[in-house]
Formats: sequence, C-alpha cells, structure tokens
Amino acid sequence: MNIDSIKNGYVIDHISAGQAMKIYEYLKLGELDCQVAIIKNARSTKMGKKDIIKIDKKVDIDFDVLGYIDPNITINVIENDKKVDKFHPELKEELVDIVKCKNPRCITSVERGLKHICILKDKKTAKYRCKYCDSEV
Amino acid sequence: MKNLIGIEDFSKEEINELIKVSKDIISNKEKYLEKCKGKILATLFFEPSTRTRLSFESAMLSLGGSVLGFSSADSSSTQKGETLADTIKVVSGYSDIIAMRHPKEGAPIVAANNSSVPIINAGDGGHNHPTQTLLDLLTIYQEKGRLDNYTVGLCGDLKFGRTVHSLIVALSRYENIKFVLISPNELKIPEYLKQDILDKKNIEYIETENLEECINKLDILYMTRVQKERFLNEEEYVRLKDVYILDKQKLEKAKEDLCILHPLPRVNEISTEIDDDPRAAYFRQAEYGKYMRMAIILKLLKENEK
Repeated sequence: MNIDSIKNGYVIDHISAGQAMKIYEYLKLGELDCQVAIIKNARSTKMGKKDIIKIDKKVDIDFDVLGYIDPNITINVIENDKKVDKFHPELKEELVDIVKCKNPRCITSVERGLKHICILKDKKTAKYRCKYCDSEV
Repeated sequence: MKNLIGIEDFSKEEINELIKVSKDIISNKEKYLEKCKGKILATLFFEPSTRTRLSFESAMLSLGGSVLGFSSADSSSTQKGETLADTIKVVSGYSDIIAMRHPKEGAPIVAANNSSVPIINAGDGGHNHPTQTLLDLLTIYQEKGRLDNYTVGLCGDLKFGRTVHSLIVALSRYENIKFVLISPNELKIPEYLKQDILDKKNIEYIETENLEECINKLDILYMTRVQKERFLNEEEYVRLKDVYILDKQKLEKAKEDLCILHPLPRVNEISTEIDDDPRAAYFRQAEYGKYMRMAIILKLLKENEK
C-alpha cells in the first residue's frame, strides 16, 4: 500500500494500534480542509503494530492533548519534504472540553454551558481528575 | 474573593483562628450581637436540610444580620430551567454572602466563579461539607482540649459521606492522627482520598468492616448515616442502611473518654439508649455548629472587605 509522503505538515507516529480514530476525533482533524491519512496496523519493530496519522498541511494543532491518550506518541514536523523537528506530547496541566466527567452526580452533568475541566493529578500515571467533583476521568 | 468551597481553602492557622473566635463567641455572645448589622446572608438550599440551614440562619441573626433564601430546588427558579450560574449572578446582587447546598458535586465552584460575594459551601452532594468539618473540629477541641494525637474511628457510609471526606483532610494536618475506617465493602472511602491524603502524608490507617473489634482503640468515634438520597439503587440502600448500630453493649468495650460524634440527623445507627452517656457529644456538636458558622461568616465578610 502506498501513501504519498507529505511536503509540509505532520506525521503522528507510534500511536498504539487502534487509537488513531480516537486521536482523529480529539484533534478535530475532520474539520481540516487538507489531506489527512490514517494508517492502521502498520508494522513496527518496537510496537509490533501501530497506527500513523499524516496531516498534509502546517496548521495550528494543540498536540499536547495527546499526552492524555498516550505520552509515547511521536510528532514529526515536516517542512519541504524533510523532518525538521520531533517531539512527544506534554501532559497538560488542564484539559478543557477534551474529556467529559462521567460522574452522574457531578455538576457538569446538568449545568448548561459549563466547560468540562480536568486537572492533572499525577504526572507519572497520567491521572486526571474532574476539577469540580474530583472523580478520576 | 475568599470563599469556603472545601476545607483546604483554610490553612491550619486559619482553622485554629476560627476555633479561637468560636470559643470567644460562646463565652461573649453579647459582643457579637451587632457585628453583621445591615448585612444579608442568602441561604440557597437546592437540597432540603433542616439543621445546616437553620444553623446558618441562626448564626447570621445572632450577628445582627438578615437572612433570605429558599429551602428546596422546587421553590427556586431551577425548576424553570435556570442554570446555577444565572441564579448565583442574580442572588449575589441581593446579598453580602451566600451559603449554598446543592445535590451536585462541584456546584460551589460554579457558584464561586459567578458570584460577586463570598460563597460558603453548605454541602455539595457526597463531595464536601467544610462547615460541618470545622464544627467537628471545634467539638473535638471543646470536648477534649486539643486536635492532635488521636485514633479516630470513622464508621458507616465512608463512600458518599462528605462529612467524613472533609474531616479526614482536616485532621490529617494535625500531628499523630491515626484513622480506623469502618464500613461495609461497598461504602469504603474513595481511592483519591487514600492516595492524595492518607498515602501521600504517610498517615496510618486501617480499613475494617467490624466496629466491635476496634471500638476499644478509639479516642473519637465519628458515626455517619447511610444516606438514602446518595443511592441510585434502592435495594442496595435497604441492604446497607442498618449495618452499624452503636448501642450500650458495644459502648461497654469503649474507652472512658471516648468522644462520639455524628453530623446528624441519625436514623438507626446510634441507639437512643446512649444519648445520656457523657461520651455522646452529638447534640453539643450541633449547637457548636452555630458558633462556628458565626465565626466563618465574620471571617469571610472581613476578608472580602480588604
């Protein structure tokens, strides 16, 4: 299977197999007007199987939300067909409207217009808690 | 704006100061009769409560202030679909300070973000109840003369019992406190409290289902009611509601200077036969609630004048 290389944009690599669509949703890639390729179950010596996403445009994307999903993901920045930067997503101190609190007793379950805010409680385990009710998300 | 959302909003020094002021109020009530003259407390109770609401209202009236509010969500504009944020924006224009009880956890944070006057959390679901904790601390101080070096038994619903959660956070700041957490398996304290408070601060605790086995080790026994309103499943409530009943027989094994607390109302978990035992401090505890709430109102009004 051939997927064209990209000239300017991003390659999100080392995504755990099966997580690509989740990332597609979180990063709202469906709203972009450029080419986006999702490669599922690619062969990987390190991971066995992995997913890859290619974005064919340099757009402003907040990759740090990926730290919540999988901090081992690699983001490669491509300019003029060359890899110019590579980084892993940071764990954000606060996630706003990224994950929803599932506690049915939380105020976020009833209050209209209230942002779902989760606070990083443990960097080692990447644990987040709802800012309002303290439930783990 | 200084608010009281959770017990962590007040430092240990501030808590000690509140206890000092409460004790002064108890001894010199006349001195405080006009301290809040011209001030209005709004009591917004989206969930019914007798004790807490009346205690807040009595506290403000004893300070010479006035009170307005509602005592159930049915009589508020929530019934018409108004958001909490909007209700608070409106009410903060009518009052100088707001005491709010809400069934949803985290509601006081929303209130504080939308208020121009200080917010006191008078209970948010099974989450926090900081004024109860402060009055619990005042009671322990009044009954036993200090707040450190105790083995504290917490018994009953430790999962949804907000008073228990806040009390663990508060007491963990004092030296040499050990906890005995007595509950059925289904109502154990939430993991986050164990991780964030007990484990993090290396506080000694044991979890048990048996009250009789450990009652002789306790200096303080905090009983709680299994609250029907916290259960989504009625069957589970019925199965767990009368798991612990403190009676004369169990109390025979307890220390002579045990201090028995309960946030009230009680149902069956404390037998009325022990009400006259000098170790039963729960009715005195309810009265101390008024004095502590007077101290809290005074502190927040003063802080926000600055």
